[in-house]
Amino acid sequence: MKDKLYEYLLMLGDNSMVLGHRLSELCGHGPSLETDIALTNISLDLFGQVRSYFQYAAEIKGGDVTEDSIAFLRFDRDYRNVILVEQPNEDFAHVIGRQFLFDAFHLPLLEQLMESNDEMIAAIAAKSIKECRYHLRFSSSWVKRLGDGTMESKIKMQSAMNHFFPFVSELFRETSIEKEMKELGVGADLKMIKEVFDEKVKEVFFESTLEIPQSSSRQTNGKTGIHTEQMGFILAELQYMQRAYPNMQW
Amino acid sequence: MNIEDLEKKFQDRIDAGQKIEPKDWMPEKYRKTHIRQISQHAHSEIVGMLPEGNWISRTPTLRRKVGLLAKVQDEAGHGLYLYSAAETLGVSRDEMFHQLHTGKAKYSSIFNYPTMTWADIGTIGWLVDGAAIINQVMLTRTSFGPYARAMVRICKEESFHQRQGFEMILTLCKGTAVQKAMAQDALNRWWWPSLMMFGPRDEESPNTEQSVKWKIKRKTNDELRQQFIDIAVEQAKVAGLTIPDPDLKWNEERGHHDFGEINWSEFWRVVKGNGPCNKERLKARNDAWNNGEWVRDAALAHSEKQAQREGLKQAI
Repeated sequence: MKDKLYEYLLMLGDNSMVLGHRLSELCGHGPSLETDIALTNISLDLFGQVRSYFQYAAEIKGGDVTEDSIAFLRFDRDYRNVILVEQPNEDFAHVIGRQFLFDAFHLPLLEQLMESNDEMIAAIAAKSIKECRYHLRFSSSWVKRLGDGTMESKIKMQSAMNHFFPFVSELFRETSIEKEMKELGVGADLKMIKEVFDEKVKEVFFESTLEIPQSSSRQTNGKTGIHTEQMGFILAELQYMQRAYPNMQW
Repeated sequence: MNIEDLEKKFQDRIDAGQKIEPKDWMPEKYRKTHIRQISQHAHSEIVGMLPEGNWISRTPTLRRKVGLLAKVQDEAGHGLYLYSAAETLGVSRDEMFHQLHTGKAKYSSIFNYPTMTWADIGTIGWLVDGAAIINQVMLTRTSFGPYARAMVRICKEESFHQRQGFEMILTLCKGTAVQKAMAQDALNRWWWPSLMMFGPRDEESPNTEQSVKWKIKRKTNDELRQQFIDIAVEQAKVAGLTIPDPDLKWNEERGHHDFGEINWSEFWRVVKGNGPCNKERLKARNDAWNNGEWVRDAALAHSEKQAQREGLKQAI
């Protein structure tokens, strides 16, 4: 049970960490000062969540495991994030599309986790949900602006969504760990999350005058450690200091 | 009232310690000087995000990640207040951006130096923010109201950044020999450029006299630089680092540290655009602006459509 809970916490934390990492790459390069501040703020919130999840995971694991050894010293196969969040910052439409799809999944996930039997997970979710509501408001308002903006922005937004949709099904594909956590009342029920997600997507796409892509899924095994070619480069940066200068205090 | 009387009244208000507000009468040169200085300050905050942003994806720990993200975000916020303060003088943010992007407006030259190691991030906090605070504390009492008020808020955040930076350096100095060498190397590279942040020597600083009269500046470049050196020398001692200046020594008579000659030809070379990263910094700002054009256009088009729809609703 302890090992499974540990793995489940990695799933929750890794999604926030990899997405937070992608957003942090944009810091200082946004299309306006206001969006720059907002995206950095979202990254900051996500890394705050990462710390809560990983500190708890370190406590469960015991020994000399720390939040940093979890974040920086695993091999690529041991990261449990979904493929969606590791997708690169192709352009602002990609940044917004990726964010919206994740937020629309993340909010109902946190709503359920607030009711978790595990008090620590419930507390982390209760704290994170306020941030997540803001993230979803920000990302959905930008999907609408870009979708229902100029012809150029509409094409870009639609094309970003077409790119991301094949990765959406993974969010709801239950792994054995998620199944067990759900049955124990610790984790969330992905089926219920999907209903809320679909409704939100329908509403925002309608207002954005975008079409919901009908695409078959691909690369759906991030949660079990099979990542895209992107992941190695993310880890090369993320882990650089800890790998180059091991066992030091910073 | 003729112009001389207006100018006299204006100077009397400044001498009496009153704040000048955007709608008050002011000499054209006062307005222009402020637009120049405040926008340069704003540009420095925005360009300053780049060298530090360079290390966000490579911080050694999660705690440092959160600290650095928050710091760089604060700088974007400072840029925002300062652009707003400059806008009260009748210049638009787009116009100021244009001046930055075309190289017409300057920003602090310190940001044209590269961040090569993690220790550079701590050193920027310690020395660069440390130098900036000395300047900015003085500016909290400057005569132009919106600028002075922006500075009060900025100074609070900057002093937190400075402490955070110095704490990063102390951690390195208490760490392994490799870490301490990294901190010393960063100090060697950032020391002299930090001293240059206070600008040319007083005798070569043509704006100083007028600025002092208008209480834009309350101390001269050389006075501020000396104040910074006296503080930094003590901090370096605490960290156990050596300041890379063989001429640095305490002068009992003056009650200050004497220091070696600054390389002014390097100073002017960087100001004129030929520092190590001038081209990269300007390119990054131009790219962000140009790549964001379609986004800004979309936001504008969307808000116009929204307004039209609102109008239609009301008409019905």
